[in-house]
Amino acid sequence: MQVLKNKKYAILLLLPALILVGIFIYYPLFATFYYSFFDWRDFSNYKTFVGLDNYVQMIQDYAVRKALINTLIMMVCVIVFQVGIALILALIVDSIKSGYKFFRTVFFFPVVISGTAIGLMFYLAYAYDYGLLNAIITAFGGQKKVWVTENSALTMVLIPVIWQYVGFYFVIFLAALSKVPHDIYESALIDGITGIKKAVYITIPLIWDVIAVCISLAIVGTFKVFDIVYVITGGGPMDASQVLGTYLYKVAFTGQNQGYASAIGVLIIILGIILSTISNKLTERETITY
Amino acid sequence: MNGMARKFTFMDVIKYLILILWACTTILPLLWVLNNSFKESNEILLNPMKLPSKLSFFNYSQLISYGNMNIFRGFLNSLIISGSVVLLVLLFGGFAAYVIARFDFKLTGIVKIFFTGAMLVPAFSIVIPSLVILRKLGLNGSYLALILPQTAGLLPFATLTLAGFMRTLPVELEEAAIIDGAGVLRIFFTIIVPLSIPGLVTTAIFVFLWSYNDLFMSLIFIPVREKQPICVLLSLVSSVYGTNYGAMMAALIITVLPVLILYVFLQEYVIKGMTAGAVKG
Repeated sequence: MQVLKNKKYAILLLLPALILVGIFIYYPLFATFYYSFFDWRDFSNYKTFVGLDNYVQMIQDYAVRKALINTLIMMVCVIVFQVGIALILALIVDSIKSGYKFFRTVFFFPVVISGTAIGLMFYLAYAYDYGLLNAIITAFGGQKKVWVTENSALTMVLIPVIWQYVGFYFVIFLAALSKVPHDIYESALIDGITGIKKAVYITIPLIWDVIAVCISLAIVGTFKVFDIVYVITGGGPMDASQVLGTYLYKVAFTGQNQGYASAIGVLIIILGIILSTISNKLTERETITY
Repeated sequence: MNGMARKFTFMDVIKYLILILWACTTILPLLWVLNNSFKESNEILLNPMKLPSKLSFFNYSQLISYGNMNIFRGFLNSLIISGSVVLLVLLFGGFAAYVIARFDFKLTGIVKIFFTGAMLVPAFSIVIPSLVILRKLGLNGSYLALILPQTAGLLPFATLTLAGFMRTLPVELEEAAIIDGAGVLRIFFTIIVPLSIPGLVTTAIFVFLWSYNDLFMSLIFIPVREKQPICVLLSLVSSVYGTNYGAMMAALIITVLPVLILYVFLQEYVIKGMTAGAVKG
């Protein structure tokens, strides 16, 4: 159906969006590649071409390695725990008689709250003197402890990162489960398949395409983690909880080394493209129709 | 849900126990913060779990001016910035979506690839050149320095979502309008916009929440304290207020409460908006 026959109008209507996306996404994308070949500091007017030096530095940089490893660990934990917990909760809510609406509302709370607020909330919960965790421990007669140390920092930021988006995947799974037709469950019941067996052998295979979408969203989402880590630990102590986003921020704005930060930016872009291609392939399989 | 009526079994008790436990993790931290925000700091230290001995608004009142940082001003800045972003994204995204939905031509295919590709670019990787452009344009330090990059970042998602919505609208009204001699803009504003209101509301809410909650871009593009959105001020709160826990708790409540109220009243739209990109059909 062609309502807009005049191409001139079509282009005029597209123009504002194209210009904005062009100037603030595509141009910076190419500029980042360009800057990554320069020694450039303090946003000065002078850049020196250094070829691949920034990339060589990146390979040798302990913090980059740590950030990459942390991002990968985060990815695995997010898939297993975030998507896993969401699926279990959705299966349970789908099988109860009442309270559906209440749990859906409450589980989604953290999704709408900003990562900054969640970060600060956990920062306060982990605090030594007045923190929620130590308050609970002392209420039961235990000893206060220091929660964020070099050994524990990654775990302490992983908990809120995972917790925040459980509600998001929970809602998606709930929608998928509501579309599974009842007669499949009824014939399963006649065959005596109930409870966990029903979930594993019938429900999960039926919604597998949705689970795959959630896994790929979770993978791509890990690259965007910033706020929570920035507020709780800032990537520290000693880079123990560094992720790519926090490290790029540190190099570019605390270290004032824009050339090197651009190279890290390129690394993030390339990893992002590779991972979203892989996860697109994962989710490309045909969706099940009933 | 199970269609058959049964008795409340042992299994059900376990199920509700698990669900309530998870609900506690999402509700209790908020209540804990809310509770302590009404106490003075020494009382928080003394008894972080107890109800306040008297309802004190001291923490809230000191947020008005403390260390050159007014969190209420930050809230107003957020409304200005996120409000503008919502309007611009809906307007420009709506225009582009209308072309994609109704204009069958090679161009629309290319435009779709252009937007899909833009969605893959992580914000982290492009901030440095963006900052350079904003400085060249002389926008540094103004609200526009954040409004424009955020709008650009949200346009691809909004355009593709709105295009999907507009494609489902019946085309007859527009055909009748064309016969009556109406121009494209007139058709857009008098026919498409009113019909698209559910799609526009869903998109607007997602865009608003995303913009209001965004820390990374806000941190970098607005260096001026008086114009910074609330998220940035919240992230600075622990360094500015030191060990003033009461102030931090109050700042948290001021930031989070408006969003939670918005969510509770517009639940269906919020969930639809936040999950729009995830599940199609």
